[in-house]
Parts: sequence; structure tokens; C-alpha cells
Amino acid sequence: MPEVAIGLWCIAGFLGTGVLAVVLGGRAIATPLVYGTTLVIALAALLLALDVLLGGRPATATVLPIGLPGLGAHFRLDSLSAFFMLVVNFGAAASSLYAIGYGRHEHAPMRVLPFFGPFLAGMNLVLLAADGFSFLLSWEFMSLASWTLVVSHHQVAANIRAGFTYLAMASFGTLCLLLALGLLAAAGGEFTFERMRTATVSESVAATATLLALIGAGSKAGLVPLHVWLPLAHPAAPSHVSALLSGVMTKVGIYGFIRIVFDVVGDFSPWAGLVVVVAGGATAALGVLYAVMQRDLKRLLAYSTVENIGIVFIGLGLALAFRANGQGPAAALALTAALFHVFNHSVFKSLLFFGAGAVLSATGERDMEKLGGLVHRMPQTAVVFLIGCMSIAALPPLNGFVSEWMTFQAILLSPQLPQWGLKFAVPAVGAMLALAAALAGACFVKAFGVVFLSRPRSSAAATAVEVDGFSLTAMLLLAWVCVLAGTLPGFVIDALSPVARELTWSALPAQAGLPWLSIVPIAESRSSYNGLVIFFFLVVSGVMTAVVVHRLASRSTRTSPIWDCGYPLDSPVTQYTSSSFAMPIRRVFGTVLFAVHETVDMPRPGEMRAARFRMRVRDPAWRFLYGPLVRWIMRSAQRLNRLQFLTIRRYLALVFAALIVLMLVVAIWR
Amino acid sequence: MSPLWFDIAHLFAAGVLVLSLMLLYQDRITAVINVFALQAVVLSLSVGWQSIVQGAPHLLATAFIALIAKGIIIPTALHRIVRKLDVHREVERVVSGGLTMLAGLALVALSILLVQPVVETADPVAREDFAFALAVVLLGLLLMITRRNAVTQVVGFMSLENGLILAATGARGMPLVVEVSVAFSVLIAFIVFGVFVFRIRERFDTVDVNVLERFRGERREHL
Repeated sequence: MPEVAIGLWCIAGFLGTGVLAVVLGGRAIATPLVYGTTLVIALAALLLALDVLLGGRPATATVLPIGLPGLGAHFRLDSLSAFFMLVVNFGAAASSLYAIGYGRHEHAPMRVLPFFGPFLAGMNLVLLAADGFSFLLSWEFMSLASWTLVVSHHQVAANIRAGFTYLAMASFGTLCLLLALGLLAAAGGEFTFERMRTATVSESVAATATLLALIGAGSKAGLVPLHVWLPLAHPAAPSHVSALLSGVMTKVGIYGFIRIVFDVVGDFSPWAGLVVVVAGGATAALGVLYAVMQRDLKRLLAYSTVENIGIVFIGLGLALAFRANGQGPAAALALTAALFHVFNHSVFKSLLFFGAGAVLSATGERDMEKLGGLVHRMPQTAVVFLIGCMSIAALPPLNGFVSEWMTFQAILLSPQLPQWGLKFAVPAVGAMLALAAALAGACFVKAFGVVFLSRPRSSAAATAVEVDGFSLTAMLLLAWVCVLAGTLPGFVIDALSPVARELTWSALPAQAGLPWLSIVPIAESRSSYNGLVIFFFLVVSGVMTAVVVHRLASRSTRTSPIWDCGYPLDSPVTQYTSSSFAMPIRRVFGTVLFAVHETVDMPRPGEMRAARFRMRVRDPAWRFLYGPLVRWIMRSAQRLNRLQFLTIRRYLALVFAALIVLMLVVAIWR
Repeated sequence: MSPLWFDIAHLFAAGVLVLSLMLLYQDRITAVINVFALQAVVLSLSVGWQSIVQGAPHLLATAFIALIAKGIIIPTALHRIVRKLDVHREVERVVSGGLTMLAGLALVALSILLVQPVVETADPVAREDFAFALAVVLLGLLLMITRRNAVTQVVGFMSLENGLILAATGARGMPLVVEVSVAFSVLIAFIVFGVFVFRIRERFDTVDVNVLERFRGERREHL
């Protein structure tokens, strides 16, 4: 059986779990059984993807006699699809394992279980689709399946609103993709990617298709300003689904962009790369600024996803620019960095959402102002969450550092580009990326510090208990992957080389055989990195410090009050809060960009009421783009409403007029 | 085939079209029904001629159905309705006759412009027929929207359907079963329309559709 057929069987299996969930109904056995089944299928698909990617197998394709008559449904599994299948099914497997434990807390399992498998099936189907029709169909299927999961807790009005925003943005994105693929199909004369790839398109068509793909796939991935649905929808779902939405589905969006722009459209102009790089830079900087200012833990994580998507798009844009100039090795470096970050982000964002889910199930709180001190109550969760935070903040020797470092290496190659505009613009974006990386550090110091350190800010946080074994196992597994991919990045880079070779016709030099397992992306004289050495240095120096402290320090204990910010009160209210931690960043960046408005309402002397602090943060995307758009649509809808009350004859006249106009169009522009 | 055969085919098709234009400037309902009956007769002649030209005897059945149903049964019934409703003296225009005719002429020009290049390579008989047929369809629609009497709107609809038959018979090899089903659907539509017209009359004392608007429950003036 060819590999693609095995992939399709896995998808059928995922769909089958939806049926299984319906058949089992609300029985208690349903949760472990359904998630156990998806775990097994995801592992099978993961092994398949690994086999294709590492085994260097040639692409396999198949045509199923379903779908449009005369077209059928084309499926193809090449190394790009295999890599993304690996990301998707790794996340799916971790999420299934986590959900075996976490899903028990679900109060309405029948709103989640039947859609979980189909959602995974939809994502895998997008990766295998090899013609425009089945691609769009599976894309929409994925969107709809994820929408059902977003609105699974439908009693909360905000979730319904989030679901609506998500549906609107998803339809808009699919429309853009439909137009992009339509343009390309018209040039190729057929809907298969095979034909679109070989067809020659004019530069304007290629540019339009690229822009539409950037908007369409970017709205799924979360590019600013198309990100607005993401921080609403991702936190609304149950946490294991949030992890999939944020860690995995956004990656399917990136896959859509790579498939259409890198693979189907091909090279046309280096300026396309600039557009993508600038979009990525803006997304990275704005996303992390949003994230710093959040007080809801899951929203913070969702906004941080926006930032990481920006980093990936910077890499992709650089790869486009280098490739269009025929600089294969540099393009391969940028692309490998982007794909590596795709993998890394899927791992640590899943880990962090699992941690947020663990906190949520232990305390019932997502608001960071009501958490704190959980390191004492949930020590294991705290350790894995810390590893996730360190990875996403790009601290060596963890995996987030490697991919961001490689992205910077690609940015440092930008003087090679012959276009002067690119020579200037790319380093500027690099500065934005550096800003984003620093702010991400602050953001996750805040996330970890406010949630796990200090003293509990509510009784729920004070009485939290550690989560179950399945959830912990899933989180530990992901934490180990973070450490391994960070200390041994050479193996990951080598595994990515078939994808880079497929898309940029060149690859990074093989890394696995280098001495001391260093990575050298370009040349020894330029830069090299060794995660393993840093890891051992940290371990050795840490152990030595501990030994020195324990052996040489005084053994006598001294009891003293804990640090209280200089206030002699022991109330938890005197601690740093999430908003007070973010205050300096908010003051510096937020006053203009986010129109932050803070008011302090102090009681007058003698007044007995409490002081109030109010803060208003406005999203510029809503203020300048979506707000006016929504108002315009409402006004137009009010006007069009009159059409509901015409006479029959006028309706007929409208139909007639439309017909005549269309005929005139045909007659004039034949 | 001699050019004369084509010319006769075109003569009949053009006759159907001219009668469509005539429908547009009839003021009285009885006259509208009479012209419609005449159009059905010319249509059946055209279809009959096509059956001879194409050597397709089943088209004769089509012509026969058109003659009996649209040339005799429907006009007779419509006359009865009009007499029963006592509207045969009414003039019921929304747009003036001259303007309607101008619009009709423009529609004919548009349909010729539109169809001619599309069917360039088709059968020469079918080629002209399609342009005429499209024009007849559009004129039927125009008749429906420029009149306010329900009976005239029914006639407009039937005349539109004549255009469809004209187009269908122009193309070679239309199976009889299609024609029969179209004829039946038209008869049924006619019955439904007839019943509705009487029900409307019974309830509201008029068949002027503008008057009916007032009775629409969902109309809200403040919007």
C-alpha cells in the first residue's frame, strides 16, 4: 500500500472516532475510549510521517473517485506534507493523551467528543489534498469542525460571539484562498496542483495569487490584522482543543501558504518576499505587545501564538526573497528556520495550553489576578510549565532559541540580496524581531511568575491540587521534546532537509556528523551553536552551585518575614499583579498604539470606600479596521433591508435588470 | 437543403418574435390573449416546419401539443376568466407603450448581439433561432414586469415559455419526453395561476397586483 493510502486510512479512522463517540453517547467510558483511539491513530499517522520524512521516500499520489465529476479527489504525500503531518499528529497524540485525564472534567463531553476526531481528520486531509477542490473542501471542513469545538461551551455568551467572529474570518479566508486557487487553476486549465505548478502565469496573476494566499492562509494562521478571531476563539475551547487550535491548526494555515506560494505559484519577484517579511515582523511585534497586556492566561497564550506566527512568516518571507534571487543555501536556511519554529511552537504552545488547562481544572480560574503560589500546590505542573515558558521565551538550551537564532542568521544574510529596498527593510524587521523576542521574555516571566510564584490571590488558588497522571505524562513528554530538540537540533535540521530541497532546490549542509553535535548553518567562520554544550554547562554549573551552597553555607536557619515590596502588610493584594507587572511596557508602547487609558479613582480623605483603578485597552485592528467595517456593513444592511418590502412586479423587475446587466457584460467584454 | 427552407424557418421564428413585440403594445386584456393565441399558432407552424427540415417526425407531436394547448385551450380559458372577472375593458399599463416598445427593441438587439457569436459554429438553422428565442424569452419577462394585471402576467409567462420551446426545437435531437414534460408543466402552471387569480379575486375583489400589496401582512411602514 502506498504511504498516501495509509494516511487516508488514518483520516478515515479519525472520522470513525466521531461515529464511535455518537454511538457511545454520554457513557463514562466514552471519554477514555475516544481519546485512546485518536491517540493510537495519531501515533500511526506520526510514524507514517516520520517514515516518509526520515526515510527520504518519494512522493506518492492517488486519486479517489469522489468530489467533482471529471476531477476526482487527488491526494499526495510528499516531504512537505509529511513534515506538517508530523507536527499535526504529534500535537494530536499529545492532546489525546492529555485529554484522557483532562476530558473527565468536561461537563458536556458530547459537545466535544464527536467533533474531536473529525477535526483531526480535517487537518490531515488539508495536508494530503492535491487539487484545489479537495483542498478547499478539507480546509472548510477543518474550519467547521474546529468551530463546533470553539462553541462547545455555548452557555457563555462570549464563546458564541467568539464562534461567530471565527466563522466570519474563516469564511473570508477561504474566499481569498478560493480566488487564489481559481486564478491559478485558470492559468493551468485544471484544478490539480500538478497542472497549476507547471502552468506559466503572468507576474500580475502570480502577485495577486500570492497576496490572496497570504490573506487567506494568514487569517487562519493569525497574521495581524487578521488575527482578531484567534484570541477570542482559542481560549473559548476546552484546553486540549485550545492547544490543537493554537499549536497545530495555525500551522495548517502556514502549510496552506507554503503549498500555494512556494510550491504552486513559484518564483516571480523578490518583492513578494518583502511583503511577507514585513507582515511577519508587524505580527511578531504587535502579537507579543498584546500578549504582555493580557490578564487571562489562555488569552495571553493565544496572543503569543500570533507573535510566533509572525516569526515563522519572517522566515518564510526571507526564503521567498532569497529563492527569487537564486540564493539557494540562504533560502534553505530561512525556510528551515521557519519550519523548525513551526515544529517548536507546536510543541511548547501545546505544553503551555496543557499547563493552563491544568491550572484551570485545579482552580477553575483563567484570570491571572486570582492565581498565584501554585508552585507549592502543583509542583510538577509548575516545572513543565516553566520549561515551556523558557522555550517560548527563546532561552538556550531549549528549542525556541535554536529556531529564532537560525531566523536571525537568515536575517543577517540579507546584505546578500541585490535589491536595495530589501537590504534596508530586512534588518529593520530583524530589529522588530529582536524586540518581540525580548518582550516575549517579559511576557512569560509574567505568566509564570504571577501564576505559579508569590502567594495565592484567591482561595481557589490556595486549595488547588495537582492534576492527574495522563495530563502530567503528556506535559512531561512535550517538555522532554523541548529539551531534546533544543540540545540536539542538528538531527531536526537534517530531518528538514528533504523539505528544503523540495522547495528551494538546496539544503543546509548535513549537521549530524559535525563534531560535538554543533550546528553550523552556513560556515564555521560565520556562526555555530551547540545546545548540548550549553546544556551541560548549565547542568554542571547548577550542580556545582548547589553543592557549594549546601556544603559551605551555614546550616542554621533564620526565620524572617517574606519580602513584601516594602509594605508591612501580609495581604496577597500587595504583591505584583499581572497588570502592575506589565505597566512599564504598557506605558511605553501602549499609550499610542493601543490607546491605553488608565484612571485612578482615589477616595477623598475621610471617605470609606476603596480606591479604584480602571484601565481600557483598545485593539487598533478593531478600532481602525473592523469597527468601521462592521459599522459600514450594518448601515448597508439597513439600506438593503428595504428590498424586503417591494411589490412582486418590482422583484421581477430586479431579476430582469440583473439578467440584462449580466448579458450586457457578456456582450461587451466577450 | 435549399436556402428557401432556411428562409421559411426564419420567417416563422421571426413571426413568433414579432408577435411578442405586438403583445407589448396591446392595451386591452382580450387583445393580449388573442395575440398570444396567434403566437402559439405561429410557434406550432415553426415547430412543424422544423420537423420537416430536420426530418424529425416527433417534432410534429410537439407542434400539435403547442397548437392544441396554447393556441386553443389556454386562450379560451383565459377569455372565460377575463369575462368572469369582468376586466376585459381595463387598460393596465405601468410604463407607456412607446417606452416599452423601445425597451423591447433594445432587448432584441441585445439578444442577437449575445447569441450570434456564441453559436457561430452551430447548425445554421439553430443559429438564428436561438437569437429569436432568447429575445422572445426576454420580451415575455418584460411583459410580466410592465403590466399590473395578474392575467397579463400569466400571458407573459406563457409567452416566455414559447421562447423556450422555440429554442429547444431549433436544436437538433430534442427528445419528445422533454417537450411533453414542458407542456404539462405549463398546463399545470396555468391551472395554478388560474386558481390563484380566482382566489385573489374572491378575497380582494381585484386582480390588480398593486392593490394586493396593501394586504401584505409583513409590510412595515416605518422601515
